[in-house]
Amino acid sequence: MSDTLNTANATLFEQLGGEGAVNAAVDIFYRKVLMDDRINRFFEGVDMDKQAVKQKAFLTMAFGGPANYSGQDMRNGHAKLVEMGLNDSHFDAVVENLAITLTELGVSDALIGQVAAIAETTRVDVLGK
Amino acid sequence: MKRIKFDEQFFEIDPNETVLQSLLRNNMQVPYGCKAGVCQSCLMRCLDEIPVPSSSQIGLSALLQKENYFLACVCMPENDMTLALPNNEQVWLEAKVVEKEFVSDNVMILTIQSKDPFAFFAGQFVNLRNQAGTIRSYSIANTPNAAHTLVFHIRILPNGQFSRWAASELDIGMTLSFSHAQGSCHYLEGKSEQSLLLIGSGTGLAPLYGIIEDALENHHHTGEIHLFHGSRDATGLYFETKLDELSQHHANFHYTPCLSGINPDKHRYTQGRVNQIALEKFTKLDGWRVYLCGQSDMVLQSKRMAYLQGAALKEIFADAFLS
Repeated sequence: MSDTLNTANATLFEQLGGEGAVNAAVDIFYRKVLMDDRINRFFEGVDMDKQAVKQKAFLTMAFGGPANYSGQDMRNGHAKLVEMGLNDSHFDAVVENLAITLTELGVSDALIGQVAAIAETTRVDVLGK
Repeated sequence: MKRIKFDEQFFEIDPNETVLQSLLRNNMQVPYGCKAGVCQSCLMRCLDEIPVPSSSQIGLSALLQKENYFLACVCMPENDMTLALPNNEQVWLEAKVVEKEFVSDNVMILTIQSKDPFAFFAGQFVNLRNQAGTIRSYSIANTPNAAHTLVFHIRILPNGQFSRWAASELDIGMTLSFSHAQGSCHYLEGKSEQSLLLIGSGTGLAPLYGIIEDALENHHHTGEIHLFHGSRDATGLYFETKLDELSQHHANFHYTPCLSGINPDKHRYTQGRVNQIALEKFTKLDGWRVYLCGQSDMVLQSKRMAYLQGAALKEIFADAFLS
């Protein structure tokens, strides 16, 4: 019974496992993104450590944790990629990779849905709409 | 446009300009070395409460990060910043040259002896400074020892300010300044059964050699250790005899010399680029630890490949040399 109560009160971030879960997910997620021919051209020539830091910030936010950047940061950060042709299909591919990552880590579909919904809120800024 | 305040003066940061570039453009005297976020000579501190860009803190200790230290050469400010040099500026230690040996046309092995005991891990790097004030980073190719000696593999570059000086003017008995050891490219205790893949080009062998010595001699590493050392031609491969001997003494150590250019002996040398040879031989790197040292393009490319082939990012230790 206490479990039920805890789950009801726990934030999404806590239910997913907090920072530990982010760390577990980031390696798998980023590898999928780099191997995905639909989107990996947007990651050519980037510094992997810096990119991993960004991916971690993104996952933390999508997991319902603290967001360390604003919508304007998202806009600025992706402006060059939008010029390169970044569009909805690429955004969808990233969200898809995120969902597959979480499935592999044994996260329930219900929680994955919540993560995807948070990720979705960044779409307008990422795509500069 | 962002502004920085340093030494009671304000300076503007041009678009795409780093803090260091702005300071140098304004003739401010601040220390720097590699200009690539590696050597940490340009360490500064931001006195404002606002966090500095995390990309300018890569490689710094958690404490320094928390205290808003950053590297000026890779910092593009996101806010106005008030800056100071670290209170204790880089501490320089003294050593004297005890050995100098040319092992190929353009590689020199330099051994210095620290005046004082000196803590480091084999594979880390220090900054060396000559009397003229030229600073360069070199990896430590030996393990800590009672005599406090440090060994470096110095590649003599045609226009190398430091390396040419070291080759021609630095003599045995002369003193040299060096900094504390930095960097995370070193052996890690506690996983002695883990497979290690080490890929180095040119004098990228230096940290790898130190790491291998540390693993085999000090930590009795039992996992397989695969070293791939590459160069364009055979004169760029040095320490061949030492590495052959090491593989004879340790059944778990394997040495593959590689040549991307003219190959005088196809049985002895594997033909091709060192990183491609290594990563085609070992395609599944889940659970491996990978060390990559040498020419920066090779290192960055290999890092990506090793990661895509299953190595965890935190298990990939890369040291990209700048020349």
